[in-house]
Amino acid sequence: MKLRTLFLAAALAGLAAGAVTAAEPQEVREGLMKKIGGSMGALSAIAKGQKPYDAEVVKASLTAISTSIKAFPDQFPAGSEANSEASPKIWENKADFDAKAASLGADADTLLAQLPADPAGVGAALGKLGPHCGDCHQVYRVKK
Amino acid sequence: MARRARKLVSTVLFLGVVVAGGAWFVTKPERWPAAHWDGFGAPDLSHGEQVFWAGGCTSCHAAPGAEGDAKLVLSGGLPLKSPFGTFHVPNISPDDTAGIGRWTLAQFGDAMTRGVGPDGEHLYPSFPYGSYARLTPTHVNDLYGYIKTLPKSPNVAPPHDLPFPYDIRASLGGWKLLFYSDKPRVPVDPANAKLVRGQYLVEGPGHCGECHTPRNALGGFRTDLWLAGAPNPDGEGQIPNITPGSKAIGAWSEADIATYLETGFTPDFDSAGGSMAEVVQNIAKLPAADRDAIAAYLKAVPAR
Ligand code: HEC
Ligand code: HEC
Ligand code: HEC
Repeated sequence: MKLRTLFLAAALAGLAAGAVTAAEPQEVREGLMKKIGGSMGALSAIAKGQKPYDAEVVKASLTAISTSIKAFPDQFPAGSEANSEASPKIWENKADFDAKAASLGADADTLLAQLPADPAGVGAALGKLGPHCGDCHQVYRVKK
Repeated sequence: MARRARKLVSTVLFLGVVVAGGAWFVTKPERWPAAHWDGFGAPDLSHGEQVFWAGGCTSCHAAPGAEGDAKLVLSGGLPLKSPFGTFHVPNISPDDTAGIGRWTLAQFGDAMTRGVGPDGEHLYPSFPYGSYARLTPTHVNDLYGYIKTLPKSPNVAPPHDLPFPYDIRASLGGWKLLFYSDKPRVPVDPANAKLVRGQYLVEGPGHCGECHTPRNALGGFRTDLWLAGAPNPDGEGQIPNITPGSKAIGAWSEADIATYLETGFTPDFDSAGGSMAEVVQNIAKLPAADRDAIAAYLKAVPAR
């Protein structure tokens, strides 16, 4: 109830400012994950030779993964389990969940510091990032 | 309230099954005739390793949380929650006393394909022998040979924690009478070798239906809803429909499905989670042709 009032207030404030309306945390975090998925897709297309190597795309994709996963752990206020695929285990074990997010963020940053220079390098980068996804989803994401 | 009622109904039904089973006397554990397991000679260990990964034995029999090579120690101990109580997975490492080191091939094979334990007792179907029943005796021989090469563990798992009447092994005879089957779950074109291989992997060692097919109150498959999705036995969420009728994988190509089984990535770069993450790690160890065969079979089953 209180939360709803808060959202309403935020939404009204948004309207008043002529800006965007406030999104539910569920939407925000799903949006962040979608962005991460899309970036992995862009990198994969380069690694597989479906798209030509483009340093800008590689950099933008890795940056999107890094910034999105760093913002991700902040989108789990108490009570936001509903209507999402987030497992209740996130709230029981938040420190471990945060550590898994941080570890993906750190690997993305390392790759940004030494940008993969060709499709094979991008493939190797995917090999580093990919296991983080399943590792976290195994414990903290449930299909509904 | 509703849940309690459901439990009551299933208990009553279960007791009915026990009585009926006892009356018919046909429910005693049925081994294969000993000759079924004779004459296979030296196992093909590298093929045995493939059957091992296809069967996903480590997902249940490795110590909870084991990673990497530690998964090859089949020490048991994982608690498996079910509507019938909690099972504690046993040690099947080749240890002589704590594990299955002294078992004969016949004892191992009867457990794998008939759900009969070494002393002739019924085993619980939480061990998916209803799927492994489709393993050929040669493949069982290869699998057992491979398991014997793995490290020994002295661990002894706690006994199962099951309320009456589920704690009575004899009553499983009734369950088997009703639900045990080593027949094909769905018809496929016997001339299509790829589909036949896919069917073997999915319905047999891969035991995909154990999670993806819904069950009735007694824990038997609803065979008309083969692979149509089911509530997650862990309690949280839903295990997806993987027939061509699924809103998700119905739109995937065979290549998309094979890629998912190798990497865990869906076409829109979501990544497999929950208990499927480990299934993917196991199936990724099979030859690519096997993943292609599984994909072809999933496209060929009836849409639900
Ligand atoms: C879904 C979980 C699961 C998987 C996967 C699984 N098992 Fe088991 N297994 C069990 C459970 C639970 C039992 C105990 C059954 C009982 O007590 O009646 C068991 C029992 C056994 C037994 C009998 C042990 C004894 O001491 O009576 C053998 C042998 C065995 N499993 C072998 C295997 C092999 C080989 C594989 C892989 C091909 C495998 N299991 C995969 C859960 C599993
Ligand atoms: C231990 C239970 C279990 C077993 C065994 C299992 N699955 Fe799954 N499967 C799941 C779960 C849970 C999911 C949902 C994954 C997620 O949350 O990302 C899933 C998802 C899938 C998906 C993706 C569906 C979608 O809509 O995203 C496919 C395809 C699939 N499984 C195929 C298989 C095949 C083929 C096998 C046998 C080789 C198999 N599964 C065995 C539990 C299982
Ligand atoms: C720290 C844990 C964590 C990591 C690491 C992680 N995810 Fe997720 N992911 C989640 C959770 C939790 C959800 C469910 C969010 C929800 O529904 O509220 C999710 C959902 C998703 C979704 C579905 C979004 C939607 O609703 O449409 C995609 C796609 C996805 N993740 C991709 C990835 C990819 C690709 C990676 C690796 C590069 C990754 N994730 C790494 C926790 C994680």
